[in-house]
This record gives sequence, C-alpha cells and structure tokens, in this order.
Amino acid sequence: MKRALPRIAAALLFCIICIPHGGPGAQSSGARPQDSSAGEKSIERQQGAAIAGLQLQAADAKSSADNAWMLVCSALVLMMTGPGLALFYGGLVRKKNVLGTMMQSFIMMALISVLWALLGFSLAFGSGNPFVGGIHNIFLRGVGLQADVDYAATIPLETFMIYQLMFAIITPALITGAFAERMKFSAMLLFLTLWSLMVYDPMAHMVWGKGGFLNASLGGRFPTLDFAGGTVVHVTSGVSALVCALYLGRRLGYPKEQMPPHSVVLSFVGACLLWVGWFGFNAGSALSAGGLATSAFVATHFGAAAAAIGWSITEWLRNGKASVLGAVSGAVAGLVAITPAAGFVGPMSALAIGFVAGVVCFLMVARVKARFGYDDSLDAFGVHGAGGTIGALLTGVFAVSTINPIFKDAGGNVIASGLIEGNAHQLLNQFVGVAIAWALGIVGTLIILFVVDKTIGLRVSAEQEMQGLDLSQHGEEGYNWESSA
Amino acid sequence: MTKVEAIIQTSKLDAVKDALTEIGVEGMTVLEVRGHGRQKGHTEFYRGREYTVDLIPKIKIEIVLADERVEKSVQAILTAARTGKIGDGKIFLTKVDEAIRIRNDERGEGAL
Repeated sequence: MKRALPRIAAALLFCIICIPHGGPGAQSSGARPQDSSAGEKSIERQQGAAIAGLQLQAADAKSSADNAWMLVCSALVLMMTGPGLALFYGGLVRKKNVLGTMMQSFIMMALISVLWALLGFSLAFGSGNPFVGGIHNIFLRGVGLQADVDYAATIPLETFMIYQLMFAIITPALITGAFAERMKFSAMLLFLTLWSLMVYDPMAHMVWGKGGFLNASLGGRFPTLDFAGGTVVHVTSGVSALVCALYLGRRLGYPKEQMPPHSVVLSFVGACLLWVGWFGFNAGSALSAGGLATSAFVATHFGAAAAAIGWSITEWLRNGKASVLGAVSGAVAGLVAITPAAGFVGPMSALAIGFVAGVVCFLMVARVKARFGYDDSLDAFGVHGAGGTIGALLTGVFAVSTINPIFKDAGGNVIASGLIEGNAHQLLNQFVGVAIAWALGIVGTLIILFVVDKTIGLRVSAEQEMQGLDLSQHGEEGYNWESSA
Repeated sequence: MTKVEAIIQTSKLDAVKDALTEIGVEGMTVLEVRGHGRQKGHTEFYRGREYTVDLIPKIKIEIVLADERVEKSVQAILTAARTGKIGDGKIFLTKVDEAIRIRNDERGEGAL
C-alpha cells in the first residue's frame, strides 16, 4: 500500500496535467495570449483542487479497506469466545457441567458488551490519568465515525470501540476455566462485572490508552511492548484465574476422584476455532490492513504451530504418547505467548517463542499444578498466565524495529526495539509491565472475590456441585439422548 | 429354558451376532455395559495427568433358548468371540422358569 500510493499519485498527476491541453483551458489561453499569466494561475488552482480531491479519495479508499478488515477481525475475535472458548472449556468439564461452562463464556458476550457501552470503553480508552480512563466517553459519547488519530487514524473510532470490546469479552471468559464446575452463576456475574471494570479496563488503559503508564507509543512512563494483549488479556486473566482457584478451593473430590474431560472432541473443535479467530486478535491489532497485519498474522501462525510441536514432543517423551488434547492445548499456549510479540517479531522468533511456550506450559499443567495441588480446573493459569508471561518477556528479547519501528529518538529516527537489537533496557520495561499485570490481577481479584464472597457467596452448595451446574444453576441438561425416543 | 448371558469384547459383537444367526438363533438383547474381570483396565493421560480407567466398555448379549439348543449356541459364541487374550469375557447360563409373549400371552418355549 505504501509503495503503491506514490505511483498512483504520480499517474493521476500526469493525467491532470494532460487534461487542460485538450480541454476548455487550452482554447481560452490560445484565444487570448495576453491573459497567459492569469490563465496559468487558474490552471494551477484547478490542478491543486484536483490533487486535493484525489488525495481525499485515496485516503477514503484506504480507510474503507482498513475498516473492512477491522470489522471482519472484530467478528473473528468474538468467534473466539463463542463458540471457540465455550467449546474448548465445555469439552474439558464433566458432562453435568457442560452447559454451565459454555454459558459462562456466552454470557460474557452479552454482559461485557452492555458494560462496555455504558462505562467500560470510557474507563479503558477515554482520556484520564496514567492508570485509568475518564468518564468523558460514557454511554459512548463522542464515539462516532470520526477517527481518533491517536488510536487508529484510518478507521472510525466506533470500529476501534467494537473491536476492543471483543477483547474485553474474552478476557473475563478465560478466567472461568479456573473456577469451573463450582461457582454460582449469580456470583460469577457479579465477580466478572466488577473484575472487568476494576482490573481489565485499568490494565487496558495503562497499556493501550492515551497517556497510559505502560503505553509504548503514546507516552508511557515504562513503554511496554504488548501488541495484542499478552499482559492486558492473558497475564491479567491467567493470574486472576490462579487467585480464584486458590480462593475458592478445589472441586469436591479433587484430586482423588477422577474428572477427565467429557468430550475432547468439543475441545478440539473449540481450539481450532480459537486458532482461526486469533488471526483477528493479533493481525487485527495492527488496526489497519497493511504490511504490519501480514507480519502479525504470520508470526501468530508460526507461534501456534511451534507450540503444538513443543507440547507434543514433551508429552510424548514423558508419557509415551502424544495426545490430541495436548497438541491443541499446545497450539493455544503458543497463540497466547505470541500475542504480545505478534507485531514486533519475525517468523523465526515466532517459532522460538511458540516452542518455548509449548514446552513450559505443558510442564506448568502437568508438573507444577500437581506439585502444588491447586485446582486450576481447566488450566487458565497454566496456559494463559504462564504463556502470557513468557510471551511478554520474550517480546522484550525478540522485538525488532525492522518489523515495527515503534521507538523513535527525539529527532524522529527509529531506534532499537528489543534485546537482540541491543536494547537491553526493554527487558526491564517488559518486566515492569508483567509485574503490574500480576499485581493488579492478584490484588484486584482478591478484593473482588472477598466482597462477592461476603455478600452473595461464591460457591454452589455441595449438593448442587454434585448435581452439576447444568441442572442446579440453569435447570437444563446438555445431553438428553436417553430420555428422548 | 436357559438364559445365555455372554459378556464379550465390543469389537466382537458383529462376529457373535452373525455366528448366532447362522445357527438359527432368532432373537437377542444387546446391552452396552462396563466392567472388568482379571483385565485391569488401562490408563489415559489428559494434560499430563494420569487417569486409570478400570471399568472397560463391554457388550453383553442375552438370549433365552430351549435347553437342547444351548450347547451349540455357546460353542458358536466361544468360537466367534475368542481372541485368546485376557479380556475376552465370560458366558453365564441360568435356568429360566417361564417365557411369555406380550403380544398374545403365548407361554413356554413357543414364546421364545
């Protein structure tokens, strides 16, 4: 696009210069040679107006192209939550909890959307202090078809708003994996409402909002590179998930009673949908349809592929078999880890980040979880917390300015991004970003859990837990095969 | 009359069914069951965690026969269901007092 534009402009300019010779302008200057200087001026004026008009049209065309891409990406990211995550998590629980688990993802699509329109977008992306946005944009005031040049110069702010909403939806939905099969539906709604407003929105503001404390391109104190939400989405949700697992305690009977996934098939389909949807998540985070989106798309794909291989090899060596659930879980771990790096690293770095994430996340869920005995039921921490942390730190290692010239010196010259380009300081920035995400996740989640626990209570009763969430919370069953003729 | 209950490997259902049909057994009831004898089950791994599955899916075939047909049927099942490995299953025989056809109250061997 960048290379094509000057060529188009040159071609158009050539046409404009040619037109007057055959047109009315040429006749008038031929008929009255004494007015030649006035005629030239009028031609210049016409040319200027024509060029301005063409520039407007070119900008319009670019804006339409970018907007089309971003609307598609918004839909892709929504697809990650429903049906992607709902299937992925739904398959991992026992049969009696399949609907309750899917509902926890689906209801976020409704609940967070309403919150976002009323308040959330303003808290995350409105102008405010370095830690949280203000209330200037509540009820989506001022969010229209005009672009906000600070966020995305070529698409309507309204497109940016709906795209960012899809991230706000999936993030709390990811946490539900940690307290699966044992939280009251009402408690989950209240907990995640408060969590979205008090943890997600401030974290999104710090990393991506104007003047955010960690913002890398809009004047943050510690510019953290987080292309598509490694810290904002995955570290905060993963760490909060661990806090939930510890605070709520284990499921009844865990770990003595066996609780294998009731349908690896559902999880498989969900994971594959996540992989596809993740292109919208990461490549869409370029906020335009140009080369940077391609670069992020490619890195995303290679990260997922290498992680699936990394997880499978480790599992094969340890357990003697490479499982299907392992391969798809590895892919998700790789997608998590490449998320902060997607728009900053090349394909070879993406392979490295993905492979490391695949191996480490397998060890997290197979070894570390068993060692400490916490019941992170569906491994929200083991995959998103661990994968997000690895990815955010490795972004500081592998980021290169040739992919994304994000850092510039006072003179506007591009300077080094990550460690492999010689900017060791960026590792510190990444560490600060990760530490803040951990701290906010731990403290915020603890406070909110405490409040919800003391007001309406978090857990279902033991009887309801044994009956399952489907019947006890929703009055339905996922599978009625036996009762229907 | 005798009830023949044969617990067999799930993969042997078709072979046993065909063998019984061949010797003229006309009716049977087939159940999907789980259980184990000396075969101790197997292990599965989900996300690196080991799960022991000791109740293994099996097929139970129930047929009720006139006593003189029992031995031939048992032989047919043995031949069709055997792999020679542990887990091939068992056959149980029990006496049956009465058989009644619901459609027309017919009783005894005529109802089979």
